[in-house]
Amino acid sequence: MAAGPMKMRASLGKGFTDVRVLMTHPMETGLRKDADGKVVPLHFIQNLTVKVNGKTVLDAQISQAVSRNPVFSFRLKGGATGDKIEVSWLDNQGESAAIETAVA
Amino acid sequence: MNRIRRALLAAFVFAIARPLAALAAWNKEAFSAKTPGDALKSLGIRDAAPTKDLHVEAPEIAENGAVVPIEISSGIPGTTALIVLLEKNPFPLAARFEFKEGALPFVKLNVKMAETADVRVLAEAGGKHYFAKQEVKITIGGCGG
Repeated sequence: MAAGPMKMRASLGKGFTDVRVLMTHPMETGLRKDADGKVVPLHFIQNLTVKVNGKTVLDAQISQAVSRNPVFSFRLKGGATGDKIEVSWLDNQGESAAIETAVA
Repeated sequence: MNRIRRALLAAFVFAIARPLAALAAWNKEAFSAKTPGDALKSLGIRDAAPTKDLHVEAPEIAENGAVVPIEISSGIPGTTALIVLLEKNPFPLAARFEFKEGALPFVKLNVKMAETADVRVLAEAGGKHYFAKQEVKITIGGCGG
């Protein structure tokens, strides 16, 4: 399975903005074997960045221990309808993806 | 023509790839550590104090080690980072989240756990470190296949 599209939802909570993002990624540990008994190479997201209206608010480094098709929830201070939230990732093989959505 | 275009393209790719690589810092040493202690050492964390203001929510029993939900929130003023260690995984360090102005010290994620173990979460605030633990019993491990 290859890396693929992302999904994101950002909604206003009480005094914060709730961001839920889903990434399509195999998050291979390098320990798993395929049907032919060959080790599936290590392939996982290493960096995550969350931006609000172009400003970075969260940087994360993650390992292969994060589950396949990672789902993250983050909370941002305050926020208003229409704020632009951007989440991007970069993996150990140089693949990357990004998604942008407005706070609903 | 083609050669010029290719050269220009290569120069362009080089120009944007460099800052991208610089931005994408990943602490290889800490993530390659095989014990929680070595991982913490690589992160430059010498000692951490236990705290009740760091909330770790994880299931007591997880049937499937491939997807263990963890929710973390810190009530420690000035929390700038949260670190997740899965104590008995082959590589214990699972994640480090750095919160800047505008983000609350809260995160929810799913992780893989090899076996029953403590989930140890550390918070960084004002140059000090604090920790909280929660044990998760695993029925089927989620690291191999």
